[in-house]
Amino acid sequence: MTLTAPPGSRRNPGLRSRRRREWLRNLAFLSPWLLGTGLFFIYPLVSTAYLSFTRYDGFVSPTWNGLDNWRFVFRDYPFFWPAMRNTLWFVGVLVTLRIVAGLVLGLLVIHVKSGSSVFRTVFYAPFLAPPVAGTLAFVFLLNPGTGPVNTLLGHLGVSAPSWFNDPTWSKPALTLLALWGVGDLMVIFMAALLDVPRELYEAASLDGAGATRRFRHVTLPHLQPILLFAVITGVIATMQYYTEPIVAGQVASGQIAGSGNQFEPGYPGGSTLTLPQLVYNLGFQRFDIGAACVIALVLFVLSMVFAAFLMRRGSGFLTAED
Amino acid sequence: MTTTQSISAVQPNPYRRRAMLEWIAVHSFAVGLALIFVLPFVFVVLTALMSDQQSLTRDLWPNPFAWHNLVDVWHTSGFTTWWRNTLLYAVCGTALTLLSSLPVAYALAYFRFRGRNIAMMVVIATMMLPPQVSIIPLYLVWAQDFHLTGTLWPLIIPLAFGDAFSIFLLRQFMLTVPPAYLEAAKIDGCGDFRTMLRVVIPMIRPAIAAVGLFQFFYCWNDYFGPQIYASENPGAWTLSYGLQSFKSAHHTDWNLTMAATVLVMAPVIVLFFFAQKAFIEGVTLTGVKG
Repeated sequence: MTLTAPPGSRRNPGLRSRRRREWLRNLAFLSPWLLGTGLFFIYPLVSTAYLSFTRYDGFVSPTWNGLDNWRFVFRDYPFFWPAMRNTLWFVGVLVTLRIVAGLVLGLLVIHVKSGSSVFRTVFYAPFLAPPVAGTLAFVFLLNPGTGPVNTLLGHLGVSAPSWFNDPTWSKPALTLLALWGVGDLMVIFMAALLDVPRELYEAASLDGAGATRRFRHVTLPHLQPILLFAVITGVIATMQYYTEPIVAGQVASGQIAGSGNQFEPGYPGGSTLTLPQLVYNLGFQRFDIGAACVIALVLFVLSMVFAAFLMRRGSGFLTAED
Repeated sequence: MTTTQSISAVQPNPYRRRAMLEWIAVHSFAVGLALIFVLPFVFVVLTALMSDQQSLTRDLWPNPFAWHNLVDVWHTSGFTTWWRNTLLYAVCGTALTLLSSLPVAYALAYFRFRGRNIAMMVVIATMMLPPQVSIIPLYLVWAQDFHLTGTLWPLIIPLAFGDAFSIFLLRQFMLTVPPAYLEAAKIDGCGDFRTMLRVVIPMIRPAIAAVGLFQFFYCWNDYFGPQIYASENPGAWTLSYGLQSFKSAHHTDWNLTMAATVLVMAPVIVLFFFAQKAFIEGVTLTGVKG
């Protein structure tokens, strides 16, 4: 008889009620997030997965059509592969150049002896410019008709490209815009650079290492984890790259955007398409919700793969354990 | 004697000269780059002050200065509405985010329970998720069940249920509070809620400011959210969405478009100058564990 009763409750009746109280307390503190995760993360994910196997226009209720949407997206939708290629381009060029620029600016601000805080402010401020405003500014600066950049290049005798109106130059133009907003990386690199122990530099100098070798053998190894962090967050940010390319495309083409309005996505010539824009194009302009859900799932899987990379690395910032 | 003397007289010189040349090289490089970073702002402001005719030319310097452009843009239909809507979104959004994220961050920082690591992983995963992934079912619910499209509420209400990035950042800051303070509060008979309000929140006030600023900026700058939910109703547009449509409506007038751009950028840049420290600390903490 006594053996069948849970041992804890018999010997220590207070323990059970304490456990219960603790459980209720945890629930109370976590409740906003538990509800939020259920409503805005898990429900939409399950629903998106279901809708990706249906034909649905948002009005007539969805009907099951198996793998049709998946076949359409991968085989017939003309924008999917260009968007994937552009994403790769942005990862290879834009993310890389942003990291290099962030590192150079971080090193520079640390080595500047006078006015270092002024330089830091100047390099950081553009990062805060609202993306739509920054994009409009760059479409104007680089416009082939009256833009100051091409005017100045003209004075120097350089034949300037049409930037946002030319498929080969639109991505480099977006890269310039992204480099202007490199301040966040600069600040992160500055913090990491200041963490490198000074004695190591002194020891290396005594051993006769010049500036380049000190950078290669002392600075870089210390920066390795933060560089990896910058690469992975850069890739994740590229998966979400939306506002700048879509606004640049719309403004440069002179088309009017809006729900239901047909306009050529990724102007010029699909060169600024990214995956998030396809969700908008399919779901909110073509009302092909099933196909839009396929893109959303592709985006989900890609983002989660890189998020897992970020969490797997044991060495710091984003680990779940403390 | 004479040789050693001449050496000691000459030797410091090349070093000092090298240091000086290095100083000049580093500083002129820095000044050059700083100019490149400032010039876009300069050209935007200069163009914003040009007359209509002049903005059609390749001139770089306004002549005469058309200060009234800024006033004209402010008075164009909708601009003040966009301002009001953006402010509503940013202020309500930030307040709700902080209120709902603080207790969650507290629980993830200090409570030990089964599934805590999984909960942290889910927080990080949601943080990395593009908003486009979940937009379709959410839009359908807001449109079909709540009839709230054409307003900003579908963007504000979810922030009352915690924001992953804010939870993550606040938790990182909370882990820097020395445990002795929490133990002392417990010994004095403080419950967890009182400990959070009276001990932890006052100690991480700079962090709360940073997280609040980030959320404020996120809402202020958000383009995708207003594009999805508010585009059908011009009365609900925000600055970001309105600004983009501004160019379509004034397709040749770069001067007015740039004046509008100035009016959208200015408050953000001014806010930054007042709160620089909180920002830079916040950015640093996203990359380096506290």
